[in-house]
Amino acid sequence: MPTIKELRQRFLAPLDPTLFNTCLILTALGLIVQYSASGSDLAKVLSQVRNLGFAFAAMWVMAVTPPYKIERVVFPVYAIALVALVAVALFGEVSHGARRWLHLGPMRLQPSELMKIALPLALAGYFEWRGKAISWRDFVVAAVLLLIPVALVIRQPDLGTALLIASSGFYVLYFAGLSWKVMGGLLASGLASLPLVWHLLHDYQRKRILTLLDPTQDPLGAGYHTLQSMIALGSGGLVGKGWLQGTQSHLDFLPEHTTDFVFAVFGEEFGLLGELVFLVAMLVIITRGFFIANEGSTPFARLVAGALSMTLFTYTFVNMGMVSGILPVVGVPLPFLSYGGTSLVTLFISIGILMSVHHHRKLVKQ
Amino acid sequence: MQRFLRNPQQERWEFQLRLKTLWGLIITLCVLLLARLVWLQVISHGYYHTLAEANRISIVPIVPNRGLILDRKGTVLAENNYTYDLEINPARNKNLDRLIDQLSELVTITSSDRKLFRKALDETHGLSPVPIRNRLSETEIARFAVNHYQFPGVDIQARLIRDYPLGTSASHLIGYIGRINEADQERLDDAGLTDEYRGTNHIGKLGIEGHYEHELHGVTGSEQVETDASGRGVRSLSRIDPTAGDDLFLTVDAGLQQAAEKAFGDHRGALVAIEPGTGDILAFVSEPGFDPNLFVEGIDQDNWNALNNSPDKPLNNRALRGLYPPGSTVKPFMALAALTLGKRTTAYKISDPGYFSFPGSSHRYRDWRQGGHGMVDMHLSIVQSCDTYYYGLANDLGIDAMHDFFSEFGFGQKTGIDIDGEMSGLYPSTEWKKKRYKQDWYGGETVISGIGQGYILTTPLQLAQAVATLANNGVMMKPHLVHAIRDRATGSVREIAPENERTLPLKQSDIDFVRDAMEDVMKPGGTAAQAGAGAPYLIAGKTGTAQVVGVRQGEKYNEGRTAERNRDHALFIAFAPADKPRIAVAVLVENGGHGGSTAAPIARKVFDYYLLGRGVTPVPDNSNAGDDSAHD
Repeated sequence: MPTIKELRQRFLAPLDPTLFNTCLILTALGLIVQYSASGSDLAKVLSQVRNLGFAFAAMWVMAVTPPYKIERVVFPVYAIALVALVAVALFGEVSHGARRWLHLGPMRLQPSELMKIALPLALAGYFEWRGKAISWRDFVVAAVLLLIPVALVIRQPDLGTALLIASSGFYVLYFAGLSWKVMGGLLASGLASLPLVWHLLHDYQRKRILTLLDPTQDPLGAGYHTLQSMIALGSGGLVGKGWLQGTQSHLDFLPEHTTDFVFAVFGEEFGLLGELVFLVAMLVIITRGFFIANEGSTPFARLVAGALSMTLFTYTFVNMGMVSGILPVVGVPLPFLSYGGTSLVTLFISIGILMSVHHHRKLVKQ
Repeated sequence: MQRFLRNPQQERWEFQLRLKTLWGLIITLCVLLLARLVWLQVISHGYYHTLAEANRISIVPIVPNRGLILDRKGTVLAENNYTYDLEINPARNKNLDRLIDQLSELVTITSSDRKLFRKALDETHGLSPVPIRNRLSETEIARFAVNHYQFPGVDIQARLIRDYPLGTSASHLIGYIGRINEADQERLDDAGLTDEYRGTNHIGKLGIEGHYEHELHGVTGSEQVETDASGRGVRSLSRIDPTAGDDLFLTVDAGLQQAAEKAFGDHRGALVAIEPGTGDILAFVSEPGFDPNLFVEGIDQDNWNALNNSPDKPLNNRALRGLYPPGSTVKPFMALAALTLGKRTTAYKISDPGYFSFPGSSHRYRDWRQGGHGMVDMHLSIVQSCDTYYYGLANDLGIDAMHDFFSEFGFGQKTGIDIDGEMSGLYPSTEWKKKRYKQDWYGGETVISGIGQGYILTTPLQLAQAVATLANNGVMMKPHLVHAIRDRATGSVREIAPENERTLPLKQSDIDFVRDAMEDVMKPGGTAAQAGAGAPYLIAGKTGTAQVVGVRQGEKYNEGRTAERNRDHALFIAFAPADKPRIAVAVLVENGGHGGSTAAPIARKVFDYYLLGRGVTPVPDNSNAGDDSAHD
């Protein structure tokens, strides 16, 4: 019989204290702001607590699973995510003019969320599998693996998520050693093709970008969300209006205030100082992720840890940029604060993988 | 392309470089983000704070209750009563047509109700409840209340509505309120009252309601309401109560007013009764009247057409705006002018052949009595209304002297009464004619002006003021309709002091002489003997007739043969008791024929009512006043 100490050791050892404690702080912040954003709706908070239960369980499962075991499932997971995306395109549920959700019995899945994590894992797995024989052809293959799901998500249409999936995949290519010249070339050609991209955008997407340049131009239309969230943040000031005291969210001026725009609620009630606490905590997690990536024992571990950390930052930055009006409105949840089960579970899976990479860094070496 | 990850050491170094590069990028982006947040939350905090407050707080106006209008004894002439409307909330009802069909089994719903409902529905975009029927009757309310449960989203709404309980009585005087139209809104904007009228739908349009809009409206209150994004009020933050409008006590006696209106019978015309010592208007009649209640909610087309197209012109305020030749009612003033200006003595007599003509001219200015009145002095000229006397007198006075004298009595000038739209009338002069027609004045025009014909036009109100001034021994009071204003908040009553317009430079002995003559007008041998018969008080009066169509030379006016609308207007001015005047009146009966026979009896009834008490109208014993007295 293992002693309690042994049990605790086996149970808690994989949970990196830095990551775990910071996650706890952020989770607590998330529940506090959810209670306010939902209009003191305890049921909604409890439902988020249930989501957190799943998320922490998923994190623990990932943390105790050595990277080489994770590696074995990345291609099947990628394949499943891809099939799900195709299924969405064929018989997905239309909501808000986009086909994003898939009904599986009582569950409502958003396969694009799954792809956010499946793609970097699969790409990292691919580079690990190629081992020391990596050539430029592998980058082409990886690019194709990246572009297929991105194209499917663009078609939904969900340009924001597609860009986020593309970025998470791209980080793997970047860490795998994609030539600086190629990246420079991609950047240059990307800038050059902007007029063409503009031409291909949907009207509402163009409007969002134009609105970003001047949100007051169309305060009741496309600029409404941005303007109202800017008012929420701006009126919050340095220290905020206080918990449950935000007028913008409580009087329904803020759209999507439990999900994508939750940061506006947070900023209105806790002010710039509250936002700093959140941002610093996120930077702690990301920086810790980078350290873990650096000490990763295998290319797979390093690539996955680097890409997932960077993806975490990307979500944080894009969401905060959107809410504060420097990026166009893109449907991206804010890690830890936004309501929603799928995004929470994928977030904690990422954290769990980081923990696993850290915990198993020596095991593999031995 | 080179192969990567060949050398583990180099590979590690490369990976670290890439991590560091990205970390640098992360920090750069975070600084950018923070800069943005500092700009929003520290530098622009004030601006966004204001926007957030404006977002959540809306100011809702609270409309004050309009002041009441009461007569001098406290009888209510205009008040606010609850009315009950049936409203449908379109958001809670899908099939509106079927719903209205079902409702029409309980309450009367006309096709015009349906039309108005559709129109209002389009205007509100189905966002707020829309009335389907206004002013439900008691039985309809009861019938609907019992079946209310069958109609979710259909409710009875109570609201205050202006009510004029006397209906057509005093309608021209009280006026009415109506919905604020574009012109009203523009006027309010110009006066800086836009905010004050936020929430107010109605505004005084005419009469007292129009002129005293400021006093009657009150002060709009407001409530600061916290609203959500859809504009729904969530809670009240603060409230400033409205101040109800002031109550107005009129100088008018409603009973007298109604008695006067009744006295007109089917006749069209106007009557203004003034208390000579104060200028208080005791009655202000323009017949026929109209029901001001029709205008409050916006008049419907049928009623509007009926009022607007009626040949009786019920919307025309004859007392204030009707312009009529004063006819022989000018004669007492002519006599006063002659005495004051020294052109005649009271004893001076003329021999009246029945006409006046200029030396060497064959044109005859005829007297109303063929063959004339014989030897006529000033007294008799008033009692019998001798035209010839005044033709000659006018010729001696000259039109400009007459103009100046009559202007003192207010002819050709607005009285300044406290309702709007008054006409100024006209008293001609040589200067006026030059300006108006670029022509010289003719002597003949002076002659006919002597008997109140020609260019002279007066309103009944002007005539009443002139006779009241005469009755008040030359002290002219400004006629006014409101004698007290009650502040509804404090209950304090502010009396409006009578305003002395001017004192005319008249000799009391001259005034007394003219009054004596006017008393005899009402006695046997006078032109209004019939109307004066049996009065237990002294009346001083003067009849008048105003031509509607000219009578050619050599022709005789024949009442019987003249179409009703072309008959002469009958006029009568009087005051009573003659020795201590309490009431002065001017009466005009359109196409009434003779002042003595139609206008004077109306004045008599008014005097009886006012001086003898309500409802006491002794039947005048029809003394033999003679055929002549029936004429002017």
